Parts: sequence; C-alpha cells; structure tokens
Amino acid sequence: MNLLELRNVTLKFGGVTAVNNLSFSVQKGEVYALVGPNGAGKSTVFNLISRFYKPFAGSIQFDGHDLLQEKPADVAALGVARTFQNNELFEHSTVLQNLLIGRHRHRNTNFLSEVFFTPNARKQELQNRHMVEEIIDFLDLQPYRDKMIAGLPYGVRKVVELGRALATGPNILLLDEPASGLSVEETTDMRWWIDDIRRQMGITVLMVEHDMGLVSNVSDRVLALADGAKLSEGTPAHVQSDPAVIEAYLGGAA
Amino acid sequence: MRIHFKTDYNQDIRIFEDRWTFGVYASLLALAFAMPWIADAFYLGELTNVLIWAVAGLGLMILTGHTGQASLGHAAFLALGCYSYTLLIEAGLPFLLAFPLSGLITGVVGTTIMLPALRLRGIYLAIATMAISILADDIIVLTEPWTGGVSGKFVDPIALFGLQIDRWGTPVAFYYLVLVVTVLVTLGYVNVLRAPLGRAFVAVRDSEVSAQAMGVNIVKTKMMSFALSCAVTGLAGALMGMFSGTFNNETFSVIISVQLLMMIVIGGLGSIHGAFFGAIVIGFLPQFLSIAKEWVGGGAVAIPGLEFGVFGMILMAFILFEPAGIFGRWLKIRTWLELFPFYRKDMFKRKKSFLKTERLQ
Repeated sequence: MNLLELRNVTLKFGGVTAVNNLSFSVQKGEVYALVGPNGAGKSTVFNLISRFYKPFAGSIQFDGHDLLQEKPADVAALGVARTFQNNELFEHSTVLQNLLIGRHRHRNTNFLSEVFFTPNARKQELQNRHMVEEIIDFLDLQPYRDKMIAGLPYGVRKVVELGRALATGPNILLLDEPASGLSVEETTDMRWWIDDIRRQMGITVLMVEHDMGLVSNVSDRVLALADGAKLSEGTPAHVQSDPAVIEAYLGGAA
Repeated sequence: MRIHFKTDYNQDIRIFEDRWTFGVYASLLALAFAMPWIADAFYLGELTNVLIWAVAGLGLMILTGHTGQASLGHAAFLALGCYSYTLLIEAGLPFLLAFPLSGLITGVVGTTIMLPALRLRGIYLAIATMAISILADDIIVLTEPWTGGVSGKFVDPIALFGLQIDRWGTPVAFYYLVLVVTVLVTLGYVNVLRAPLGRAFVAVRDSEVSAQAMGVNIVKTKMMSFALSCAVTGLAGALMGMFSGTFNNETFSVIISVQLLMMIVIGGLGSIHGAFFGAIVIGFLPQFLSIAKEWVGGGAVAIPGLEFGVFGMILMAFILFEPAGIFGRWLKIRTWLELFPFYRKDMFKRKKSFLKTERLQ
C-alpha cells in the first residue's frame, strides 16, 4: 500500500529546475532512502512534502489526502513528522520542552481550559509527559532531559531532533541526513534506532542520507537523484551498482 | 543547594517547584498585602503604579518576550482599554462587568487591527505597530464626542460591593484592587506557559519553520498571542485611567510604548519576573533620581529629559553587559550563592553557538 506518493512533481527556482518531473512512492512500513550528489534536490523534495514549497506541477498524496491542499501545519497534523538537515531546535528551551512541543498536534484543550489549568488540561499534560518520557528512554536522552539546547553538543542535538519528530506520534518520519556530522558510534546508534522505529513503532521512514553504509544497512529501497530527476530506483545493492549512479557521483569514463 | 528527587510528573507541572519556592512567593504576597501598614500613602501610591506597569509589562511580555514579536504600539492598546472602560462605566455598567469587558474589547479590536501586520516580523512589525501608536493620538482627537479629545476625560470612582474606591480617597482599597488583578493575571500567565499554548508561543519565537513542522499553526498562534497581549494591556490601561483619574490624547503617547518595551528588556525578556523587575525600575526611577539630585545639592534645578537619559543609559548598559535583563542576572547570582564555594569562573560565559549559516556545511 502506498502511504506517500509523488507524481510528476516539478519545482523551479527562477531558471533552475530543482525537481524535474519526479515520481516515486513510499510503501507503508518501509524505509525509503533518497541519495544523490549535493544539489540533487533531496532536501527540496522534503520541503515539498512538508509544504514549505509549492510545486509548479504534479501531485503529492499522503494516506488519501492531497497534500497540495494543506498548509504546512496541517501536513504535520496529518502525521508527517520531519527533522532538518541543520537542526532547527528551539534553542532557548530544554530538551524536555522541545520534545513536548512535538505533542502539539494532539492538543485537545482550548485556550480557556489552559488559562485556568483545569483538571483536563493537567491530565493532558501528564499524558504528554508520559509519551515524551518513553521517547527519552528509547533514545537514551535521560542525562539531557533538563538541559538547554543552546549548550548541547551537535550529536545530541541530532538525537533530540529525532526525538521531537517521534514525539508527534507520526505515520511517516522524514529524516533529513540523520547521520551527518555524527561520529562512527553515533551513526551506529542511529542505524539501530531507525531499525527500531520501523520494526517496533511501525513508522514508515523516508530519509535523505549521504552515508551509503547507513543507507544500505537500514533501507528497503533507494532512490538516486541527480539534478532533480530520477536516476535509479531499487534495492541498495542495485542502485549502488547502477552505471548511471556511478557516473553521476564519479563522472563518466573519459 | 536544593536537590529535587522527582517521583511524579506533577512535580514538573506544578507552579512552585518545591515548598521553599512556594514559601518565598507566599511571603512576598503576604508582604504585598501588609504593605498598607508598612508604607505611607505616597509610597503606597507609587507601589500601585508599579503594579499597574507590571500588568502592562506582562501584556507586552506575552507578545514580545514569549512569542518574539516586537511591538511599539502598546500605548494604543493601553488607551483603548482605558477609554473603553470609561465609556462602559458612563453607559452605566457595573465595574465587575465593565473592567473585564474593557480587556475583551481591547483584545478583539487589537487583534483585528493587527491582522494585516501578522505577516511582518522584526523591525517591520515594530514600525507598523509604532504607526498604530502614533495614529491612536489623532484618533482620540478626531473622536472627540466620545473621548473628550484634547480636553480629556475624568473617570468616576469605582463602585464595588457598596464601596467607593478611588485612588486619592481610598488609596488602600485601590491598591488591593490592583494587587488582586495583578495576581490573577500572573496566575493566568503561568498557566498558559505550562500548557500547549505557551509552548506554541515559544516555538514560534525560536523557529517558525520548526514550529510549523510540529503542527503549530503560525498565524493562529500569533493571533492568539496578540489577543492575549492586547487584552492584558487593555486591563492595565483601564487601571492606569483609574489611577490617574484624568487622561487625554497625550496620556498614552508613543513614548509610553517605547518605555514599556524598554521596561521589559531591562527586566528580562521571556520571563514573568522580568515584567515585575522592569516595572520596579520604571516606577521608582523618578523618585530615585529626585533623591539623588537632592543629595548632590541640585534639588531645585530642573533638568529636562534627565529621566529618559538615565533610562536610556540603563538600557544600553543592559544590552551590552546583561542581555538577559535583571532576571537573568538574578538567576546567575542565585546559582552563585547556591553553589557558593564551587563556583567556576567560566560558568556563565556566553556560549558561542553556531550560526545557522555556519552550520550549513
């Protein structure tokens, strides 16, 4: 079953075609990776799905909804969570508060019950906290729970961002370079987490990643992009041995 | 140093983190209630003024400190609250209805006025809101039949539970009224901050992109912040009207807007305490200056603009040396005391965090 489907999506910035007539679909329960050289349009595809950009042509369907009819906040409310390539955390809040913001789409109190902090609002807060604590346990973030983001090392921030996306209780998780800037050990952790997210939590994962080791370890299918267009699609092994992909990365034979 | 052994999520939700903190605030409140026996009528009046400014500061803090939207237009909302309260009282409404309604009207009208400005941010929003503040002056003059224009208006004493409360006749009763309003507004503010709405405000302040990706509707959240901010400011405006007894188009000039913004920056942006610290500075600075002038022997000399000059210098000093304001400095002092012999020299050194552009590659 196709959870996410892009059909003939095109996006141009002035004269530059960032995404060119791209079609692909992500199945429920799989890990799908986008690879490609810098500037291939991988992150642009993410920004199209989360509706920060509006495509010139084509359609994006998610779980029976036409995402092009939705606003960015509503896309998130449908259960599309994402992380950012360069960490977009709320700097002046603690790790706990960052994760709690992830619960925002489940808010079922209104303004008045929050001003008076009714028992209902408290119940919701306790529930939110419970969900967040499970994610803290899952990602081993206990030592950082009450630390401000501003003082945290890069590797931890990446994990907090993953946690914040998980806290939304998503149907699909878009990971933009989850392993960039991580050490070898941290990348290994990330690998097992992505595996667990898919197997234990049953969340579909769409990720952009440069680390081919990580990609071939966790993903079911890989899509190689170059200049915004599809180059090759298939299993990691298939894509890695595709002559077109090798040419895009290393250049053609002289 | 107090160590919290947490066994329940409620410990992080409740307002006071432990008994000690509760005790501190309870004794502060008790002191505030005992003030009429401690201070004379003059200082009680000054204290009332400080509390009213604190309420106005809380109003602006919601918008600027927690949602990150600068406003130089809040004097207009003070005026709106003040005039709508006076008109409602003149229409014969009882205080208990007219006062909350003046806040509600300011909230609704303020948000409606600000709708076109919602897309603006930073300096452009500041300019747009400043225009509102300047326009308010002219609008008050133009709508003279209701507002009294340049000659101004008087507000009647408050009739509450058979009492006649007015700032000069019954300063103690008026002080208590303002104190109760301040406490209620502060409690509501604390509640919003520990609920999803408050987190959404902070999310919009720190990263709009990220907030959207978490399902926070930016426009709705900003509108809510404007509405709450204007409503609280409106209440403060109504109190200001009662405090001064008489007001005209110049009472709520753009200078008041600037002063309000400076006040919360000095107090500490992004904290409820900041509004109170800022109000104390702004409320007692004139007294402090006149005492200081007497002390250097120039008591009779009038120095125009002295107050604003000193205020401006204080602001510059804070921006240069303590951007977190008085409250930020207080937190550091408190930590220093709690850790006393173990304080390390670089503990509060401002950490250089990566700029977004530096992080790109």
